[in-house]
Parts: sequence; C-alpha cells; structure tokens
Amino acid sequence: MADFGGDAEAFRVEARDWLAQNFPPAMKGVDLALTVEEPTGDARLWKARMGAKGWGVPTWPTEYGGGGLTPAEARVLQQEMARIGARNPIGGMGVMMFGPTLLEYGSDEQKQRHIPPIVRGELRWCQGYSEPGAGSDLAALQTKAEDKGDHFLVNGQKVWTSGAQYADWCFCLVRTDPNHKHEGISFLLIDMRTPGVEVRPIKLISGVSPFCETFFTDVKVPKENLVGPLNGGWTIGKRLLQHERNSLSGGGGTAGRFASGTPLDQLAKTYVGVDGEGRIADPDLRSRLIRHQMEAKAFLLTLARAAAESKGNQSPSNATSIMKNAGSKVGQDRAELAIEIMGSQGLGWEGPGFEREELEQVRNWLGGKATTIYGGSQEIQNNIIAKRILGLLDHQ
Amino acid sequence: MAVLTEEQSMLRDSARDWVREKAPVTAFRKLRDGAAPLGYDPAAFAEMAAMGWAGVVIPEAYGGSDFGYLSLGLVLEEMGRTLAASPLIASSLAAASALVLGGTDAQKQAWLPRIAAGEAVATLAVDEGARHDPLQTGLSAAPAGGGFSLTGSKTFVLEGMAADLFIVAARTSGARGEADGITLFLVPADARGVTREKRTLADARGYAAVSFDGVDVGAKAVLGAVDQGYPLLERVLDRARAGLAAEMLGMAVQAFETTLDYLKTRVQFGQTIGSFQALQHRAAKMFTELELTRSCVEAALSAIDAESPDTPQAVALAKAAAGDTLHLVSREMVQMHGGIGMTDAHDAGLYLKRARALETTFGSTAWHRDRWGRMAGY
Ligand SMILES: Cc1cc2nc3c(=O)[nH]c(=O)nc-3n(C[C@H](O)[C@H](O)[C@H](O)COP(=O)(O)OP(=O)(O)OC[C@H]3O[C@@H](n4cnc5c(N)ncnc54)[C@H](O)[C@@H]3O)c2cc1C
Repeated sequence: MADFGGDAEAFRVEARDWLAQNFPPAMKGVDLALTVEEPTGDARLWKARMGAKGWGVPTWPTEYGGGGLTPAEARVLQQEMARIGARNPIGGMGVMMFGPTLLEYGSDEQKQRHIPPIVRGELRWCQGYSEPGAGSDLAALQTKAEDKGDHFLVNGQKVWTSGAQYADWCFCLVRTDPNHKHEGISFLLIDMRTPGVEVRPIKLISGVSPFCETFFTDVKVPKENLVGPLNGGWTIGKRLLQHERNSLSGGGGTAGRFASGTPLDQLAKTYVGVDGEGRIADPDLRSRLIRHQMEAKAFLLTLARAAAESKGNQSPSNATSIMKNAGSKVGQDRAELAIEIMGSQGLGWEGPGFEREELEQVRNWLGGKATTIYGGSQEIQNNIIAKRILGLLDHQ
Repeated sequence: MAVLTEEQSMLRDSARDWVREKAPVTAFRKLRDGAAPLGYDPAAFAEMAAMGWAGVVIPEAYGGSDFGYLSLGLVLEEMGRTLAASPLIASSLAAASALVLGGTDAQKQAWLPRIAAGEAVATLAVDEGARHDPLQTGLSAAPAGGGFSLTGSKTFVLEGMAADLFIVAARTSGARGEADGITLFLVPADARGVTREKRTLADARGYAAVSFDGVDVGAKAVLGAVDQGYPLLERVLDRARAGLAAEMLGMAVQAFETTLDYLKTRVQFGQTIGSFQALQHRAAKMFTELELTRSCVEAALSAIDAESPDTPQAVALAKAAAGDTLHLVSREMVQMHGGIGMTDAHDAGLYLKRARALETTFGSTAWHRDRWGRMAGY
C-alpha cells in the first residue's frame, strides 16, 4: 500500500483505536447506507457513533460536524474500516451530492441548518431535477417557483425522483424566469412535508419502486431556502451533477460491484460445465468471458491510474472523463453474462426453485440498465467527451 | 500518463522532440520509397544510441543506463507516433533483455556494451511459421564436437537483415509443441551456414527469413540452460511484447490525433464533419479505448520493472488491449478521412499497414486473450 507520509500514518493508530472501541463486531459487512428503515440495536449504535464523530463524511469541516480529516487521513480511515469489515453507515444523496454542493454554495445559516443532520444521517434528501419534458435536456425544466414576497409558490411535476417516498427534503431545480433557459433556473430546497407535495412511486422493470413522480401544487417555500442567487441555480445544479457522476463512476463503489458475487468463471464452470481440459465447455462463451474480464481489469487499472495521477499533482487526468461509460459498460456486461451463464435459472423471478444468488442476479441485471441512463446517459457522456475533451463543435 | 520521475519526464520529452524533428512520418516514407535495405536509417539509429536509448534496459556495468522498462516504453511510444523505424525493439529491448536475463558474464561482456552503443544489432529468431507460436520451435540443434549443429529456418525475424547476432530458439530434445527441450543460442550472423533473405511486408520494415544449414556453435553459445530455454524465452518475449504495446499505443494516439484534426477541418454540408454526432461518438469511443489501453500498457511495463509475478498476465492484457485499440483506430482513420485516406500520399495507409504487422508480432490479440484466460483459470 502507498505510503501516506508521517502524519497520516500517525492517524492510522488513532483510527484503529477508535474503531476498536466503537465498531460493534456484529456490524461486520453490514451496509446501512441504503436501507430505508430506521436502524435498531447495534446498527443504530454504530450509526450514532459515526455520526457524532463525523467520520461518515470524513473530509467535511468540523464546524458543521464533519470529520475534518485530510484526504490522506480519510484514505487511511477507509483502509482501517475495510480491514475490519466496517461499512460506512452514513450515506445517501445528502452525503454524495447535496452536502458537498451546499458546502460550496450555501450561506452560513443554510450550512448550519442542513449539514449537521446529513453528517449524523438523520435526514434523507432526494433530487428534484428531471421532469417529463426535461431529461437529458435538463434545462428545459418547467416546474415554476413564483416570487410571492415572503415565499416562493411552487407548481409543477418532477419525475424519476429516487427515494422521494422516504425523503425529508428535496433539492430542486425550478424555473424562476420563463424567458431565459439556463439563466432562469434557481436551486431551491423543499421540505417534503409541506402541504401540496405529493409523491407516487413508480415500479421499475426490476420489480422495485425506488423512485417516484413528485407533484407540487401551490407549495409555499420560504425565501431562505433559495441556495445561491435567484436565477443562478444552473451553475450550482451542474456542480452537483459532477459530484453525482464522481460517486457513480469513481472509487471503490464500482470496483466493489464487479468483485461481488461468485466470480463469473466459477459460475460458468458450475452452470455450463467443463471440457476435457477443465475449461468452460462452451468456447464462444469462454472467449466472451475472457474478453469481459480483461475489460474489467483495464477499467480497474484506469481507476488506479487516475487516483495515482491525482495524488501525483498532475492536472486532473483525461482518464476521469471516461469512467462513467467505461464502468457502466463493464457492470452491464457482467450482469448480462451472469444471467446468460445461468440459463433459465438466471431468470428466476420469485418463489421456490431458485437460489438466492439467482434471484439477485436477475434484479442486478435489470437494475443495472439504469447506469447508462442516469447521471448523464451514455450518449450524453459521449457528447461531453467529444465537445469538452476533444474540442469538436456542435452540429448547426 | 503514469506518474513519472524527473528522469523519465526528461527522457520522454527529449524523445518527443527528437522524433518530431528527426523522424517524422515523412522520414519513414522516404525510407519506404527508397526501399531502404535494412528497413531503417542506420544514421538515425546511431543518433538514438548516442542519446542512450539503446541502453535503457541494460545495466550500467555493461554500458547501459538501467532506467528500466517503463522508461524505454516512453521512448517507444514516441517512436510509434511517427512510425519511426529502428531496431530499438528487436535489439535494445528484446535481445538485450535475453542477454541480461540469461547471459553469462562473458556473453554479456561480448554483446551488451555494443548493443547499448548501437554498434551491434541483435534480434530474436523464434518463429518458424506465419503465426507466433514459440512452442512449435522445431529448428534442430544436434550435439556435435562438444557443441551443437543448428539446422532449420526462421521466418519474419525482426530487423533480420541488419542483425549482427541472432538469438535462436532451437530444439535440443523433445518434439514441437513441448516446452522442454527448447534451448536458446547466440549465433553471429556471419557464422558459416547462416543465410538470410529479405521479406517485404506491407509495413516495409526489415524482416528476414533466416536459414541455418548445419551451423556449428560451441557450448558457450548456449544462452541459459540446455533444454530449459523456454521459461527464459517467455520472459524475454513478454518484455518485447510490452514494448510493442507501447509502440502500438503511440501509433494509436497519433492516428487518433491526426483523425481528430481532420474532423475539425474537413467541411461538408456547410460544417466541419466533426460536428456530426455519428462521428463524435465514434471519436469518444476511440478516446475511451485509448485511455483504458494506456492504463494497461503502463501497468505491464511497471510490472516488469517491479519484477511482479503478475507480469505475464499484465503483458497479455496490454498486448491485447493495444491490439484491439490500434485495430479500431487504424480502421477509423481510413474511414473518417474518406477518399483521401485511401491514397498512398496520405499517412493513414502507413498506420494501417504497420498496425496489422504489430498486431500479429509476438502473438495476436486473440492469442494473448486466450493466454490471459488460461492464466486466469478460464
Ligand atoms: C434509476 C433511475 C434513477 C433516477 N433518479 C433520479 C433522481 O433521483 N432525480 C432526478 O431528477 N432524476 C433521476 N433520474 C432521471 C435521469 O436523470 C434521466 O432519466 C436522464 O437524465 C435521462 O432523461 P430521460 O429519461 O428523459 O431520457 P431522454 O433524455 O429522453 O433520453 C432518451 C434517449 O435519448 C438519448 N439522447 C438524449 N439527448 C441526446 C443527445 N443530445 N444526443 C444523443 N442522444 C441523446 C439518451 O441518451 C437516451 O438514450 C433517474 C433515472 C433512473 C433510470
């Protein structure tokens, strides 16, 4: 492992000690970040301790309850947690997207009010960006917020709002000027319990309903909930999307996803069988699996290279721009191969006759289709590479 | 780009400057048009050697700088950009590695200083057929008068017309297909019974078919151990393959940049063709593949420097990734240039031809993918 220098290594002892005293062993390998129910018992304890320590958001400033660690120390903490199987219990959109954005653009009162509950994992946030008429072309959004003196009056509809049915708050892009597309958008925080907010869950192809349609009918939102200047929300909203993309493509999350579950070669040897040499019996499948595994390896090497380059003080590498597409392709290919390998068993939906892994794979496969759609679709990512990185012009 | 040391950055920058000035694509074109007998310009290679590039993987005790494989890869990448022709891969990388890894002190003394200085060109003579397959080595080395007598032939030997020394894979026992029984020999090109004939491929480099007709060599000509040359050969070939991958990466990067320039300047339907999304997305795909390939190539070269046990996997991945990416980019280069890309006057054809030659050298993309799969338990 890399040498993080004296101070960060000194921090390792501190982290190890604290974890030894505060991590309930029963929580080993348990991931709370995405659970919907309020935790109880050890889970509740672990979450409360991490929340109070601020280490769920290790690099956020201490004045708002964050851990105040340097990036090097945060990596050490991550390693020490991984070593004992401790998962970060603090997560969600508040941590991944909204918090970093508010820390950058919010007023001091807004930060004092909204950051500490995110640090402690007490409040859930959802993202009110997409609308029926505004997907990839997000700036076409129409949900309007009218200035009524002491408050905004919000009317309109959002869609694909992940977790809206469980959320306490929503960070929203709203139209405050109908005459300017990008310069007529503001960034507004809406309490989901305000009268006039209604959510309707939408069922996905994977059978679950992780997101909703969200309706706003004459919703009164206090003026103090405007982040940044009026009609200045587009810049803030885009910054938030950068955080979203980074969390979707970078780091351990993606790498972890490939590593989880039974390795594909074992899966294939079990379901497809082996030839006289002990190799996967279907040679076409075998060669496609190898190709996929090599692509996955190339992607992991690229993640590692980008991390090394950013540490080595080179300017942010071009490699980061390809991560979302490259990572989502590897993830989707893996899921397609997994269900292909398992044949009809791999399509098991529910009920008897199927292993837990089989039922999980089918949902992984379907759920994973979203990775090339949200956070800037695959095509939008290619547009971004073509225009921003390669300098090609817009079609006239 | 990997995080480089100061020395490595300097080496790369000087290679970049030199290549642009002294070995642009026009220089290679001139060699080709003049049917240069060796496939490269000896005066240009002498300049490279004077800058130390022929000794990058050779220890200081034998006249090199011992900068390592990632460093040499940086030079090779720059060479690849302009299709600069030289014996750097055959001699300064592959043959030098064979001597460094397997040679006795006397063998090293005899050849490495001259290779590092660019005074001697050495090369591997391994393959006997159209496709790379070192296990199929059949050239026989029979015991004779305390030494060996070599009989058989080798094909498509890199820089075979220029070589002063062949490092020959021969069979001292066993049958084709077996690893045991392969032995490496150092055979000077002027040894009695060695004949060579130029093989002109589409990429216009200096390949040769080399015949060995009862060539007598002493016991001291054995590189490494008798019958046990195959593991050494694999290590040597992996170093050569990683270098090839670096050259291929450089070629692909340049082929892509040249194509991108054209997308930004060629006007049709009243706008640059690069504004058409069908081409933009293919460009973005190529860019993505180039970034992924760079990670693989740098990882392979670094694995060699670190003497990592994963080196064979890392190299197979790098050669396959570079093969796929260069294949894609070289095809698109022709396609996206339209008619002009089909003309001999344009560079696209030069990249396309060289691409296929490197793709097949020391193991095709499919061959390395299969190899990687076997190593990974598939
Ligand atoms: C699981 C999931 C969770 C989500 N969660 C949220 C959330 O919490 N909050 C939120 O606000 N949104 C969320 N979204 C919405 C997501 O951001 C949008 O789906 C996305 O922006 C695409 O918009 P769209 O669905 O309207 O598709 P469209 O934009 O209509 O795209 C349809 C197709 O056209 C292509 N296309 C569009 N424009 C171009 C172009 N210029 N060039 C080439 N091709 C183009 C797209 O790539 C796509 O293939 C979620 C989506 C999913 C799938």
